[in-house]
Amino acid sequence: MSFVEVERVSQSYDRRPILDRVSMSAKEGEFISIVGASGCGKSTFLRLLLAQEQPTRGRITIAGARPAREPGPDRGVVFQRYSVFPHMSVRQNLVAASALGANFFGCLFGAKRKAAQKTADDTLERIGLAHVAHAYPSALSGGMQQRLAIAQALMARPKILLLDEPFGALDPGTRITMHEFLMELRRETGMTVFMVTHDLGEGFKLGDRVLVFDKPRWDPVDPNAIGATITYDFDARDSGIPFQRLQEKTHVPIEA
Amino acid sequence: MQDRPRTLRWINRRPDRAISFLLVIIPFVLVFLAYTIGSEARLAVNPADKLLPAPTQIMETAERLITEADKRSGKILFWSDTAASLSRLARGVAIAAGIALAFGLIIGILPYARTMLSPFVNVLSMIPPLAILPILFILLGLGETSKVALIAIGITPFLIRDLAQRVAELPTEQIVKAQTLGASSFAIGLRVALPQALPRLLGSLRLSLGPAWLFLIAAEAVAADAGLGYRIFLVRRYLAMDVILTYVIWITLLAFLLDLALRLISRHAFPWAEEGL
Repeated sequence: MSFVEVERVSQSYDRRPILDRVSMSAKEGEFISIVGASGCGKSTFLRLLLAQEQPTRGRITIAGARPAREPGPDRGVVFQRYSVFPHMSVRQNLVAASALGANFFGCLFGAKRKAAQKTADDTLERIGLAHVAHAYPSALSGGMQQRLAIAQALMARPKILLLDEPFGALDPGTRITMHEFLMELRRETGMTVFMVTHDLGEGFKLGDRVLVFDKPRWDPVDPNAIGATITYDFDARDSGIPFQRLQEKTHVPIEA
Repeated sequence: MQDRPRTLRWINRRPDRAISFLLVIIPFVLVFLAYTIGSEARLAVNPADKLLPAPTQIMETAERLITEADKRSGKILFWSDTAASLSRLARGVAIAAGIALAFGLIIGILPYARTMLSPFVNVLSMIPPLAILPILFILLGLGETSKVALIAIGITPFLIRDLAQRVAELPTEQIVKAQTLGASSFAIGLRVALPQALPRLLGSLRLSLGPAWLFLIAAEAVAADAGLGYRIFLVRRYLAMDVILTYVIWITLLAFLLDLALRLISRHAFPWAEEGL
């Protein structure tokens, strides 16, 4: 059985279908990019994977566990913005990543606190943020904030990492640095990653697979009548070159 | 094309430092002048006029009030009034802040609490606090409790609504992130929502100080034996405008200083919230 299993998942809001019978599966350690036009349910799909929302129909299982009903430590997430806590310094953000889930109060004391601080300091050293350890996130550049957000998400050792346009707000140069940072982390951890992106090049560069979300057909009377699904599933290994090597066998058939 | 010097639009002109200072003091000077002229005009007609005492006379009265002890009690009434009022204000505001923080947090975080309490607090906030002052006097007596209670009751609903709003407006991303780090509801309230609600609490306290003073002075006017509001309403019987004006200026100054203190505290204690204040 695959690591992540998505079985005929549909989601609609007020009876307006957003996603329609999405099925896919991913192996452990795969990096899956998700692209598609605006409003095609990419972010909805990510929220479903995150268990922030429940699908109207279908189910999502991760590592054979029962479908989650709320976000938990088996899923890590980085959003485009607001992913770090603005009232904590960089170091406190990382300590909090260990502390929040440690007990009911979300606080650590004594030796455990020391250990969490040590881990935080090591991580800061590794991700190159040690020099701003005591600064607040608002004082950091966009790239630094996202590096912190990714490191923070990984502190909880999630089974899958979900990225919602994590580099969407960064300038092109910083984006490339962040790609290297993310690939390095991935080599180290072998993490399973789902990344929603608007940038096709980024999707193919980072991903092992690129899923395209789109509406399979258009209702000429009511454009909102039909939900989106996965219309293409590209193999994007060897750095996505050639970019579009359509795998007919993984092509998701559209059911009538 | 016409070759005349282009003048800036007024929306793009900004006063420099010296002119800013001048602009700031102009309204104050104008009011002072208007008062002085009115006062002189009245005093010229009737030197015993009590309605608009001359500024010099107000100064003399203020000096007497601040330094001379009351013959009967031996206390300087000005300072004992100030102490009585400030202590009532502080207790009322502290109680309001504590209640508002607790309820604002749970209403902001927990959908169950929001469903149950949010309409209730909205209805409570519609009650004009002064209308229930008689009830407070009947229930709690004429002592300190009823005055402190009026202040607390007067500003708590606003504080709760404001804090609940602020907590509910925390980006969903932050709350979801905390959940993916394994935090319990309590931990999210304590470590994510509470610290971000505190600067907002100080901000809304600053806004509430005006109403708090209003309720304090109203309560003191009705029944008290000391306090700034009590004194003003007492000397009203003797048309002692010089005393009333001294007290009014003093209350204004106190309110200004309290506001400034709260602003400095929040800037100092919450450097990360700089732009939100």
